[in-house]
Amino acid sequence: MKSNVLTIIKKEFARFFGDRQLLFTTVIMPGLLIYLIYSFMGTGIESMVTEGAEEMVTVRVENLPTTIAPLLGELDPNTVVVEQPFVEQDIYLLEDKDIDNVLVRFPIGFDSLLATYDPSEGLPAPNIEIYYNSTNNASSRVFNELTEALTAFEDGISNRFDINRSDCPTFSYDQASDESIGAMVWSKILPMLIMMMLFSGVMAIAPSAIAGEKERGTIATLLVTPMRRNELAMGKIVSLSCIALLSGISSFIGIALSLPNMVPDAGTLSFHYTASDYLVLLLVIFASVLIMASAVSLLSALAKDVKNAGTMITPFMLIVMLAGLLPMFQNGASDNLAVYLIPFYNSMEVMVAVFLHEMQWGPVLITLGANVVYTGVAVWGLTRMFNSEKVMFSR
Amino acid sequence: MEEILRVDELCKTFTLSRKQQKIERTSTRRKTAVDHLSFNAFRGEIFGLLGPNGAGKTTTLRMLSTLIRPDSGDAILDGSSVVANPEEVRSKIGFLTSELKLEDFFTPNYLFDFFSRLHGVDDAVIADRKQRMFSRFGIDRFAEVKVANLSTGMKQKLSLVISLVHDPEIIIFDEPTNGLDVLTARTVTDYLQELRAEGKTIILSTHIFSLVERLCDRVGIIIDGRMATCGTLSEVSDGLSIEDRFFEIYKSLKDNEA
Repeated sequence: MKSNVLTIIKKEFARFFGDRQLLFTTVIMPGLLIYLIYSFMGTGIESMVTEGAEEMVTVRVENLPTTIAPLLGELDPNTVVVEQPFVEQDIYLLEDKDIDNVLVRFPIGFDSLLATYDPSEGLPAPNIEIYYNSTNNASSRVFNELTEALTAFEDGISNRFDINRSDCPTFSYDQASDESIGAMVWSKILPMLIMMMLFSGVMAIAPSAIAGEKERGTIATLLVTPMRRNELAMGKIVSLSCIALLSGISSFIGIALSLPNMVPDAGTLSFHYTASDYLVLLLVIFASVLIMASAVSLLSALAKDVKNAGTMITPFMLIVMLAGLLPMFQNGASDNLAVYLIPFYNSMEVMVAVFLHEMQWGPVLITLGANVVYTGVAVWGLTRMFNSEKVMFSR
Repeated sequence: MEEILRVDELCKTFTLSRKQQKIERTSTRRKTAVDHLSFNAFRGEIFGLLGPNGAGKTTTLRMLSTLIRPDSGDAILDGSSVVANPEEVRSKIGFLTSELKLEDFFTPNYLFDFFSRLHGVDDAVIADRKQRMFSRFGIDRFAEVKVANLSTGMKQKLSLVISLVHDPEIIIFDEPTNGLDVLTARTVTDYLQELRAEGKTIILSTHIFSLVERLCDRVGIIIDGRMATCGTLSEVSDGLSIEDRFFEIYKSLKDNEA
């Protein structure tokens, strides 16, 4: 019996690894694409932020108060401040997004207005008008700079107290360790990414390996050999799981490598996990892949052809994605052991616990055990389908 | 003569789809494909199931090869029941039909080894048998060419070889020459005769009268899922050609129905 399962696994591997195109599209391309797309997106966002930093911007100021003049001197070196009144026509000119200008109008007698203004009287505060064009990066940059400088100035004149001022840190205000901040961030992001990558790996190969064999008529050739149907089912599920795992690992490497480009601060987040954390992760990941491969295999066996299999799997994929999103909205892994009997969700919860350094063996063992039992049930189901002439031969 | 196959009251019905019901102009949902069919075959003979399309020949052979289960009745092949021991039956038979395809991606060499292993054949035997069969059918020159790139005739020869990797005692062929070019068809029929000379039993289905006359020792005429007559070629022919005899039986059955 064992040898027949192995023969099937070897054949699936020979099919997969012998087909360079399939190998490339399933294992190499996902990681490569994710790396390239995420890096490209990261670089794009960064260049959007920095674009316009080099252009000279003229800031025309009307009624410049003496208290504000020094502030404008501290604007970035690519800014020229000109004291000059402007009219409505000048404001309309800003609509042309190629004009790198900002117009600022202070109320006449701004300094004395500030001195006499009493918020308790309920009258509107003196208003500074800043005209700019948000679609012009340079104009938008100077607007932000001005707003920040003026807000800081306003805080300075009415300041009564500070919260967590940065120039007197005897201790770090946030007493969470770097490790636990990293753990929290990873526990929200990584389980979902891992599950989605694994599922896309399964999706890429399982429909063709089962529904495809049915469609091409090659499964019937296997069914007339003396091999037991459960050996075929087991061989298919195990081999598909291994290949999907490879695809998942590839995607994961792509994400890990592109993370510094995508999120510039990601490198500063602590990522410290022990060997046993990694071991549990690996076990849980494999147990999840087994369940995914089982479920997708069952649906593929029911489907008439590969296209039909894709349609049948889509609703199932949405459920898996939903399970993947749940950790985002909850605080840590569940203490209720019954939760670890729910397929997919149990793996998510264990991964969350591992990333939060809160892993306990009870939930891990329940998850692994439950997933193995469910895979067993799926092997039984798939065996029944291979035995069913209705499922195998009806078109 | 040693009986190697006994088919006993085999029945199989299928559910018709609504569309199919309309085409066949019937209101019944079930269609009987094989109706209490019984016959036997002896070791070392070629037994032919002769009948028109839709008579139930393929369904019968699919039940014998355990691809589908009978609704009732049984067939015993070399001591093993298709109902009780399908795996055992499959290890004793070679089944070939046009619906069994080989994966385009693999080479004849790989497929021969793969199917031999699933049949539990020893490695040494695999190598020897492969060499013999491949050279017999001229596959040796294409042993490393992917199935997708083989000619239709070569694919069919390969399917034949793959169905015999385990040197089975009983060989079941559904329409063995259907769709074959004249050269390949001749190679196949010659090989069937060789197999008979080796003492193998061959059960084949066909609607070609000349094939029955040229190959079969015994023949069963199957019409509407029932065995109309069964016996040696001369018993069934009864002094006529098999073609004339077939139409005589067919006409009398239809006259009786009317």
